[in-house]
Amino acid sequence: MDTIKKRINRRDFLKVSALAGGGMMLSFSWLAGCKSTSEEVSNLPKAWFELNSYIKIGDNGMVTLMSPNPEFGSNVKTSLPMLLAEELDVDWKNVMVEQADFFPERYDRQFTGGSLAMQMAWKPLRTAGATARHLLIQAAAQTWKVPADEITTKDGILHHKGSGKEAGYGELASQAAKIEVPKEVSLKKVGDFKIIGNSERNVEGLNIVTGKPLFTLDYKQEAMLIAMIAHPPAFGLKVKAVEDSAARAMPGIKDVFVIKTLADDYERNGFDTTSFTEMVVVVGNTTWEVMNAKKALKVEWEKIADTTIAVSGRGGKQTVTIPAGLESTEGHKVKMAEMAKKTGKVLRKDGNPESVFKTAEKVIERTYTAPFLAHNCMEPVNSFAHVTKENAEIIAPIQAPESIMQALAARLGLPKEKIHIKLARMGGGFGQRAYGHHLVEAAVISQKLNAPVKLVYTREDDMTYGIYRPMYTATYKAALDENNNMIAYQVKAGGIPESPLGYSQNRFPAGAVDHYLAEEWMLNSNITIGAFRAPRSNFLGAVEQSFLDEVAELAGKDPIDFRLELLERAQNKPVGELNDYDPERYAGVLKLVRDKSDWKQAKNGIHRGVSAYFCHNTYVAQVINLTMQENKPLVEKVYAAVDCGVVVNPDAATNMGEGGIIDGIGNALYGEMTFQEGVPQKNNFHNYRMIRHSEAPKAIEIHFVKSEADPTGLGEPLFPPIFAALANALYKATGQREYTQPFLQSKKPLV
Amino acid sequence: MATFSLKINGKTQQVDVDPATPMLWVLRDHLNLVGTKYGCGIAQCGACTIHLGEVAVRSCQLPVSAIGEQAITTIEGLSPDGDHPVQRAWLEHDVAQCGYCQAGQIMNAAALLKSNPNPTDAEIESAMNGNICRCATYLRIKVAIKTAVKSTAKS
Repeated sequence: MDTIKKRINRRDFLKVSALAGGGMMLSFSWLAGCKSTSEEVSNLPKAWFELNSYIKIGDNGMVTLMSPNPEFGSNVKTSLPMLLAEELDVDWKNVMVEQADFFPERYDRQFTGGSLAMQMAWKPLRTAGATARHLLIQAAAQTWKVPADEITTKDGILHHKGSGKEAGYGELASQAAKIEVPKEVSLKKVGDFKIIGNSERNVEGLNIVTGKPLFTLDYKQEAMLIAMIAHPPAFGLKVKAVEDSAARAMPGIKDVFVIKTLADDYERNGFDTTSFTEMVVVVGNTTWEVMNAKKALKVEWEKIADTTIAVSGRGGKQTVTIPAGLESTEGHKVKMAEMAKKTGKVLRKDGNPESVFKTAEKVIERTYTAPFLAHNCMEPVNSFAHVTKENAEIIAPIQAPESIMQALAARLGLPKEKIHIKLARMGGGFGQRAYGHHLVEAAVISQKLNAPVKLVYTREDDMTYGIYRPMYTATYKAALDENNNMIAYQVKAGGIPESPLGYSQNRFPAGAVDHYLAEEWMLNSNITIGAFRAPRSNFLGAVEQSFLDEVAELAGKDPIDFRLELLERAQNKPVGELNDYDPERYAGVLKLVRDKSDWKQAKNGIHRGVSAYFCHNTYVAQVINLTMQENKPLVEKVYAAVDCGVVVNPDAATNMGEGGIIDGIGNALYGEMTFQEGVPQKNNFHNYRMIRHSEAPKAIEIHFVKSEADPTGLGEPLFPPIFAALANALYKATGQREYTQPFLQSKKPLV
Repeated sequence: MATFSLKINGKTQQVDVDPATPMLWVLRDHLNLVGTKYGCGIAQCGACTIHLGEVAVRSCQLPVSAIGEQAITTIEGLSPDGDHPVQRAWLEHDVAQCGYCQAGQIMNAAALLKSNPNPTDAEIESAMNGNICRCATYLRIKVAIKTAVKSTAKS
């Protein structure tokens, strides 16, 4: 309870006795701007009473719950308010959900990413709900002059059995808003939940299927201009000169200029990633006119010199060098192969792997590589900004609004409290929207023009901008003794420009092997990278679980039995003390998927692969059933077993799990960004292959482990292991192991 | 610039634009019908799907000058209250994740069912293959289309 007590202070629990009625209704649909029906208007409360930052109750009993986190499709806008509603004890049908603006004084941690939303909100939001319920009970006790502990609640109704008195929350909301906030409240037991654990539909469902304006790209206001950018066509280039007379002469064009988004000496935080700080801007009246004028620009580019930037991130303040040069994928491969031969930085060592590898009965070594990946959110990068001398109003798809405030404040010369960010629904995120360069760009353009501006990237601008999933390689080595027990295991992994291993050296199978070594290396690059669904894990889970499949085969063991043996070892006699997983829960999902998939029952023509991984505090095991149709793999069925603690919104959780699986299969088969002379070789969906309807699995079964443990991550953990389940099934089908992603490359025959 | 008289969602509307302007931008920028989405601009993702007559087309590649007398339907005009069988099925199966591509998916599915009221799985996959969903809600889309088939058959 400690953390909660600290979080709920007087400032969070502002008590505004009577907020204006009419205006509030509009605020939940600020972007949609839809007109309320007369019935809706007559049902509106005449006054709203705010019991805390998250909960407003109208005098007629209507309840508005604030969803603090930005929504990018993981359904937090529905599932987080469910936590509030559960403890407030209201009927979900009577609840309205409103997206909170970025407002750090009122909401903690308005960040969507890292599969953390539910983990981090689990106690604070339930506490906010329980606190509001407590205030209502106290108000009833005072009004009815009965002991508070004799008052019960149900679905928004307060009840006192002894006196028979009953009142709706709305009747006592004004009184409740005046009562002292308690220091502590008790929360419901898992078994008592009525809303948590039941599937509630997406609160935005109807708006989505009827095409209501929900996204920043849909936003417009009076006198708003459209801006587009031309960023350098290659990493390693910058603007030299712009010939803009043709563009300027085109219809609807207002201005053409070059912006600089960050000062050279600006000290960046870890989310200030930006590929290009200088770009050409074209501004005009409509998107089509600006798109056309952009094509008429003649820009001369020049090579950058080695540049250093200051970045303060997780490892403290660092000086990072952005090297000059026009990089190519072929060159990357050569350099990575050289690095893989050298000794890396040791992250963990147990026992004496070197000597064991010399004397072991069997030794196996395999190297895996994976390419850069582009996020390709369906909504291209865009942002609205209206910056005046006094303040800045921004509407944007942004996962991490707090992280971009420093750059906005520094660049605009405005104090943070004068910068207001509204959190529009995002048309996808996947990590890309954790980086707010587009907010800075839009704000700088607006400030220069002194006008409201919507910055719009074309798909090509978006796909070639950077902030990719890094390119990685890893070499794994394992040794077996004469009884086919794995006695040594080592991994050396690196990437451009980031190692995948830095935070994962204590994951399985560390702790299950006496002799263990994990090493890493990195290669600098001017190609920018960023978080991509399950950062680092999306490579490690994919390749480690392919490797273990091959080790199991060498040991002559069933791949599930082989993993279970290792987990049993980690459970009963762990090596080291830093192992960061629970072997029992890990084994639990493997056993569950074994049972659900009938793993031991071989079927003719069905090729099966298994995989299991732990990341974002969640355990996942998956089995793929694959057939080959005209030499193409067809995933007939995927079974997944997931242990993520309490499942708050089961159908939404299943939806996200299905998405993670299909996204993983797509990226494993097709995902790839390559470079030639610094130029990204794919720039739109005609040459960047995305998985499509006919390539999706025919069926997916997701089984959640029944658990009362606090919820853990879900948006990411189903993504990494599916790469390996697919690779392992493909091996059964083709007899060939998959060492290089994507598995279906343009020229490589699969069989 | 030229003036075009367009039949959109049962209403006739005038726009004064460059004849080459794709319908996508006419809808979004000039007529404030923003349910139709920009995804790729090259007819590869399907986010901009609308109906021209009864046929699903990619509005990003359809110049306004090519429309003539043909009626256009956008997601805003598919049904009065979001109660088209395809929209209802989408809600029943809670298909959407981020939701950005779904208007295009729904418009494509509605056109499919108009021309083929009882499609096979293979026909659904083939008809829907041009619509990318980055969140990968493909399985739910397929199930929802089948539900829409059933509810259309009943009514």
